[in-house]
Amino acid sequence: MTLATPNPIVCLRGIDKTYASGFLALKNVNLDINRGEIFALLGPNGAGKTTLINIICGITNASSGTVSADGHDTVRDYRAARATIGLVPQELHTDAFESVWTTIKFSRGLFGKAPDAAYLEKVLRDLSLWDKRNAKIMTLSGGMKRRVLIAKALAHEPKILFLDEPSAGVDVELRHDMWRMVRELRVQGTTIILTTHYIEEAEDMADRIGVISKGELIVVEDKDALMRKLGKKQLSLTLRHPMTNIPAELSEKSLELSEDGQTLVYTFDSQKEETGIADLLRLMSKHGIEFKDLRSSESSLEDIFVSLIHQSNTVNS
Amino acid sequence: MNIHGILAIYRFEMARTFRTVAQSVAAPVLTTSLYFIVFGKAIGSRMGDINGVSYGAFIIPGLVMLSLLNESISNASFGIFMPKWAGTIYELLSAPISWGEAVIGYVGAAATKSVMLGLLILATARMFVPYEVAHPFWMFAFLLLTAVTFSLFGFIIGLWADNFQKLQVIPMLIVTPLTFLGGAFYSINMLPPLWQKVTLFNPVVYLISGFRWSFYGIADVNIAVSIGMTLGFLVACLTFVWWAFKTGYKLRT
Ligand SMILES: Nc1ncnc2c1ncn2[C@@H]1O[C@H](COP(=O)(O)OP(=O)(O)OP(=O)(O)O)[C@@H](O)[C@H]1O
Ligand SMILES: [Mg+2]
Repeated sequence: MTLATPNPIVCLRGIDKTYASGFLALKNVNLDINRGEIFALLGPNGAGKTTLINIICGITNASSGTVSADGHDTVRDYRAARATIGLVPQELHTDAFESVWTTIKFSRGLFGKAPDAAYLEKVLRDLSLWDKRNAKIMTLSGGMKRRVLIAKALAHEPKILFLDEPSAGVDVELRHDMWRMVRELRVQGTTIILTTHYIEEAEDMADRIGVISKGELIVVEDKDALMRKLGKKQLSLTLRHPMTNIPAELSEKSLELSEDGQTLVYTFDSQKEETGIADLLRLMSKHGIEFKDLRSSESSLEDIFVSLIHQSNTVNS
Repeated sequence: MNIHGILAIYRFEMARTFRTVAQSVAAPVLTTSLYFIVFGKAIGSRMGDINGVSYGAFIIPGLVMLSLLNESISNASFGIFMPKWAGTIYELLSAPISWGEAVIGYVGAAATKSVMLGLLILATARMFVPYEVAHPFWMFAFLLLTAVTFSLFGFIIGLWADNFQKLQVIPMLIVTPLTFLGGAFYSINMLPPLWQKVTLFNPVVYLISGFRWSFYGIADVNIAVSIGMTLGFLVACLTFVWWAFKTGYKLRT
């Protein structure tokens, strides 16, 4: 399923994870992340997204399999591998008494980089935290703390940035700022791997999408290809006269009648040569169903996501 | 070698100390002063000399060790326990830093603070009792070695503890009794013969005895044995920490 890429920046091979409790959190995950892309990892709660990220970052040990980051094995050559990675964790883990400035200076040093006040200032300014640089972290709001964590992750100029649910608890305006920054980082060549439960976000931002369900990577696909391949189109017809039920001859078609009987929705596969629309319209006029308006729409990534998870659940059970 | 990483941890830990400088300095100075008023002046004046040393002077090395042990353990255990408890440990675990480097940062900072404190207590003691240090080099060597060893021991407690109670239990139930029974306030020669033997199983006896030797040239046990025992404990602690990081003991899931 994964396309062979010339020079992936992150490679996962045969990753399994069984927690000490015996819980099997990841099953044979193979994944390549392309250099410079924005990769969105989607999946329901408990699917294993954080576990996967923690394994790449060195916080959790994989039970088997190998990971490399920028060509360095994350276990054998952990120094070189970790130096390239920045992580914004899902939970708001911050020091309480430190100031914003000392905490990001600490992060930069911890990752082995010489001090660079000008760079850190830029990071804080980009995140609208410069005014808060001397504030103790415990005096900041949740959204600001999240940005402090982003600043910490960026403090050592990582090539690969992991954002584990960065938009949780961040207001709309800030979220837009954050996504603008992520796009800028991408332009500068940073590879970004993010998880989110706001699927529109992934639809907006990501170059590629991975869907994980119950520890298995069920889809990895170019976003546009995924939407084309699994997306469905719908044709909504607003009727001139409300109907109570769909005539028998039309019932074989995937038609749905809205509750008020005003709208008829026809779902079809956009990939197929024959959409069946001509046939539908012919049958409608035969039954004397007139419409005053028609509108076509494509399914969102959200619809695709829901149907993928649903499928994998039914296959598994 | 990640020098910047070691320095970052060291500075972070030292800053934590200086944030609470009043409490870190005032408490031990006050405690020591109280000990001197009670033991040195009130009781000491009724006690005879021990091996030619006045009682007030005799207890100084023991008192310093008492504080050194407590402070080393509590500092170092807190230093690693807090990030675990607050969850900020994720950053250390994902950083390009080896276990040895992390330990140098954490234990180095805790030991530095303990040594500073030891010197502070010695200076405070000077206001109550005039004393001389016979072997200043060895005095400092013991101070440093003990501070490092027990900071390492504290670090291990901090790694092991997963709640605040566990963090307190070993210092309270084991270390404090051992230090009080380690000859801080008496020479072990004052004990009945059987207890003299039993007491030799107490590692703190070797520390206090060696440290006191560096002041007054008198010792309960052979000075070489004192140094050997302290180094032995240091190696044991180092081995445990190495193993703990290698296996991810209570750190990596
Ligand atoms: N330390 C642990 N010990 C045992 N099981 C764990 C541990 N951490 C996570 N799990 C389990 O592993 C599974 C995957 O968890 P993970 O945190 O990776 O999910 P996630 O996809 O990030 O979910 P969410 O969207 O809620 O953040 C869950 O069932 C979780 O209960
Ligand atoms: Mg998660």
